[in-house]
Amino acid sequence: MSVTQTLATIAQTLPDGAGVDDAQNIAAAQGAGMAYGLAAIGPGIGIGYLVGQSVQAMARQPEAAGMVRTTMFLGIAFTEALALIGFVVFILLKFA
Amino acid sequence: MSLLPTLLIAAGEGGGLHYPSIEDLVEWPGIPAWEGAFYDFNKIAFINVLAVILTSMLFIFSDTKSLVPRGFRNLAEMAVDFFDKGIIGQTIGHGGEKYLPFIASIFFFVFFANIFEVIPLFHMPASARMATPLFLGVLTLVFFVAVGLKHQGPKYFFNACFPPGVPKPLYLLVAPIEFLSTFIVRPFSLAVRLFANLLAGHILIVTFGVLSITLFTASALVLILPFSFLMLCAMVGFEIMVSFLQAYVFAILAAVYIGGALHPEH
Repeated sequence: MSVTQTLATIAQTLPDGAGVDDAQNIAAAQGAGMAYGLAAIGPGIGIGYLVGQSVQAMARQPEAAGMVRTTMFLGIAFTEALALIGFVVFILLKFA
Repeated sequence: MSLLPTLLIAAGEGGGLHYPSIEDLVEWPGIPAWEGAFYDFNKIAFINVLAVILTSMLFIFSDTKSLVPRGFRNLAEMAVDFFDKGIIGQTIGHGGEKYLPFIASIFFFVFFANIFEVIPLFHMPASARMATPLFLGVLTLVFFVAVGLKHQGPKYFFNACFPPGVPKPLYLLVAPIEFLSTFIVRPFSLAVRLFANLLAGHILIVTFGVLSITLFTASALVLILPFSFLMLCAMVGFEIMVSFLQAYVFAILAAVYIGGALHPEH
C-alpha cells in the first residue's frame, strides 16, 4: 500500500477530533519503516555473499587469512554504508 | 496481529509503555551557568574529554624506560603490533610506519567514545551525535590531503581526479566522480558510518531497556520480561563488539585513504 493510499485510508477512518498532523505522522512512520526495510535488503545480500566468499578464501588458503580479513572488513564497511544511509533516512523521516 | 504488539498496546493502555522521543535519547542539558557560551559543556562534551584523556593516558603510561614491558606497556605493545601488522601492513604497506601514531590515536579515541555506550552511568556514545564523527571525518580528510600534498606535491589533486588507464574522452565523466568521491563522499561516509551505527545501537539498547522496565509489572505480562531482559544483555555484548569493530573500520579506512595519498596509482 502506498503512502498516499494510506493517507486516504487514515483520513477516512480517523475520528473527527484527529488532525492532519496525526495522519501525517502515521504516513511518515510507514514511509520510514519501508525506507529502512528496503534499504536493508541489498546490503544484507551483499554482506552475506561477501563474508561467504571470504570464508571460502580463508579456508582454501589459510596463509592469506590476514589479508582476506582486512579486505573483507573494508568491503563490509562500504556495503554496510548503504544500509546505514537507509537508517539515517529512517531517522529523518520519522523524527525530522 | 502478532502477540507482541497486542501485548504492548495492552500494556500501553494500562498506563505503561512511554517510549522516549529521539530528543530525550540524544540531547543532554548543558551546565546552566555556561549555556550559550562557546565553552558550553554537557554530557557529550564530557565523554569526549574523557575519551581524549584515556587515549592520552595510553600513550603517556606506555612510555616507560624499562626494557622489560609490564602493565600498560604490554597492552601498548600488543596494540602497536596489531596496528602495524593488521592495519598498516595490509593497507599502506611500505613507508606507512610513521602514520601509526595517527591511526592509533584515531582508533583509541573512536573506541573510547563508542564504549561509553555500555558503561553504566554514562550509557551514551559520544559518536551518536554527528559532531564527533563529522569532526573525525574532516580530520582524516585534512590528514590524507596533507600527506598527498607532501608526497606528490600539487599534482596530488590531478592524480586523485584522473586515475590512469581510462580512455581519454571518459575523463569528462570520471574526473568529477573521482573528485566528489575522494574529497566529499569519503569524510561524509566515514562520519555517517560511525554515527549511524552508534545511534542505532543506542536506540536498540534503549528500546529493550524501556521494554524491560515496562514489563516489570504485576500483570501476566511479566512472563515476557525474561526474554526482553536477555535480549538487552545480548545487545550490550553486541554493542561492545560494534564499538571495537567501528573503531577498527574507521582506522582501516583512514589507513587506506592515507595509503592512496602516499602512493599514486600507476
